[in-house]
Amino acid sequence: MWLIKLAWKNIWRNRSRTLITMAAIFFAVILSVLTSSLQDGVFDNLVKNMVSFYSGYMQVHKKGYWNEQILDNSFEASPRAEQQILANKNITGISPRLESFALASSADVTKGCLVVGISPEEENNITRLKEKVTEGSYLRDDDPGILLSEGLSKRLQLHLHDTIVLIGQGYHGATAAGKYPIKGMVKFGSPDLNDKTLFMTLSSAQDLYGAYNMLTSYVIALNDNRNLQKTAASIRSGMGEQYEVMTWEEMMPDVVQHIRTDTASSRIIQGILYLLICFGIFGTLLMMMVERKFEMGMLVAIGMKKIKLILLLLIESVITVVSGCLLGIMAGVPVVWYLNRHPISLSGETADIYERFGFEPVFPASTEGVHFFTQGLIVLVIGLLLSLYPMIKVTRLKPVLAMKR
Amino acid sequence: MQTVIDAHNVSKVYNADTIPVYAVNNVHLHLQKGEFTALVGPSGSGKTTLLNLIGGLDKPDSGHIIINGVDITTLSANELINFRLKNIGFVFQSFNLIPVLTAKENAEFILQLQKVHKQEREKRIEVLFKEIGLSDKLNERPSKLSGGQQQRVAVARALASRPQFVLADEPTANLDSGSASNLLDIMAQLNKEEGITFLFSTHDQRVIDRARRVITLVDGQIARDTAAVPVTHETIVSNEKP
Ligand SMILES: Nc1ncnc2c1ncn2[C@@H]1O[C@H](COP(=O)(O)OP(=O)(O)OP(=O)(O)O)[C@@H](O)[C@H]1O
Ligand SMILES: [Mg+2]
Repeated sequence: MWLIKLAWKNIWRNRSRTLITMAAIFFAVILSVLTSSLQDGVFDNLVKNMVSFYSGYMQVHKKGYWNEQILDNSFEASPRAEQQILANKNITGISPRLESFALASSADVTKGCLVVGISPEEENNITRLKEKVTEGSYLRDDDPGILLSEGLSKRLQLHLHDTIVLIGQGYHGATAAGKYPIKGMVKFGSPDLNDKTLFMTLSSAQDLYGAYNMLTSYVIALNDNRNLQKTAASIRSGMGEQYEVMTWEEMMPDVVQHIRTDTASSRIIQGILYLLICFGIFGTLLMMMVERKFEMGMLVAIGMKKIKLILLLLIESVITVVSGCLLGIMAGVPVVWYLNRHPISLSGETADIYERFGFEPVFPASTEGVHFFTQGLIVLVIGLLLSLYPMIKVTRLKPVLAMKR
Repeated sequence: MQTVIDAHNVSKVYNADTIPVYAVNNVHLHLQKGEFTALVGPSGSGKTTLLNLIGGLDKPDSGHIIINGVDITTLSANELINFRLKNIGFVFQSFNLIPVLTAKENAEFILQLQKVHKQEREKRIEVLFKEIGLSDKLNERPSKLSGGQQQRVAVARALASRPQFVLADEPTANLDSGSASNLLDIMAQLNKEEGITFLFSTHDQRVIDRARRVITLVDGQIARDTAAVPVTHETIVSNEKP
């Protein structure tokens, strides 16, 4: 107890030195929490947008479909498989799709298009398709109509409630043809999707292509991207050999690559930050050792065991470092919270990707507690590791030499 | 009479591999309980080195130092720390005290190291501060005390732990003559009334005059050791000449 009291007094013997140390730790924690929450907020947002945009977090296909996206690579819908997938507690939704190509015609124009047969409700739960409707209304179950992307409607010079004619190749070489009223228009940020996509109900699509009860994919939603690999692995083992289970990372490798590069550069920034506080803390520790060398020699001379002296220094560092970290975390909370409520807009490469897919390049900071925890812990460990230096010096201290002037 | 310090053939050599300096050269020294002894000699004669050896702060290159029956040259570093805590009181030339603790806490510190319980600590400190005449400065920090007062607190701390003897390396070197003589008064009184054994080094003739035994070192060897014949100013001056 008296040792703790002495440690406390020692902490305040040189107020400015202690404050410098604590400030270094304090700012290090705030800045690194901020870097990491912003970084994570950006990517969380990016991932959320990307997956809800079209791909979902995961898809199940017939093996080989991703490499050769044709109807003959479809599989039979299986309520049992759906139940099995939904049984996984990380999975929050599943939606079947039948996708294929067709030629779409109006009176004078014919264009190639992507026909996506969906289950309206489930699809909306995962990709929020309803929110993309700009004109008309969203599909009901058993709706005979279709949703047309705006770009495609312009190219075909078609309007709401007009009729569109589709011709294509059906399942196993059958001919596919049909006439559909346009029930609504949807708008995608991605020009690619906006210029060629057309949605109809799953049963309409199965009728059109003669692919009764067939699907090209199950689109799967997840509670948290962190569970992606684990959940994919468990679905993969449950589904068996004839299926392929792909994560959005496998389906959109360019986005993953971008995140990797960006993460690497922010790691470097954090590394530099850590290095700076190392110098700051180490400098004050050196100062302290010079200032207290004589006194430490004297203490060992009169009979203070080195282990006690080390304990004293340890208590001093723990108090200083821990309180710096805690203050940093406490001050970081409102800052991060503010940046969550008032998201910053970015420019640069990330913003470009966003704009390419039609999202606003605006990034709320992630308020996940894990940033406070890990960054606080990293700085804490750095601070405590550095404060081993004076302790190591004490183990080598010779009172006679320490007290020589 | 009980022997507290018994040094045989003690030598300490610095720079053994280049130009050896025999800081302490083959010294024999016996100190009885209750002695009040000054260690004198010119600068560089080995006073500090000898005191460090006797105090177990440094190891001799040869010889044995037996304190209260224990050969301290055979103790490990950790055993030595413990031995010093239990047996030897130290007063250094300056900066004896922990600046962040009050006078009382500084004296109490060594008792806390010895795990003496609170009541006993309070009792000893009260008595000691009365003896050093600083009962009214108990709660002052060292920076608020004069150099002489600080040295008196250091003496109180050295005595609080009830050591076998007190070693003091030039305890008056940084004091004005008034404070020096006051410190000597207190030390002499503690020696006379409580039988505390003191061994101190000094350059100061007035301090030497107060000693009951004077050991003169020259070039690491004992040139003179007298309890009976008081050492005069002339002998010191002549010792300081090359
Ligand atoms: N750490 C050391 N390394 C090398 N030589 C040393 C060391 N310490 C002391 N010496 C030498 O040993 C000799 C004795 O030194 P010491 O400090 O014991 O003398 P002293 O009598 O205390 O002198 P002073 O009156 O100036 O305090 C001197 O020649 C000194 O230079
Ligand atoms: Mg000396």
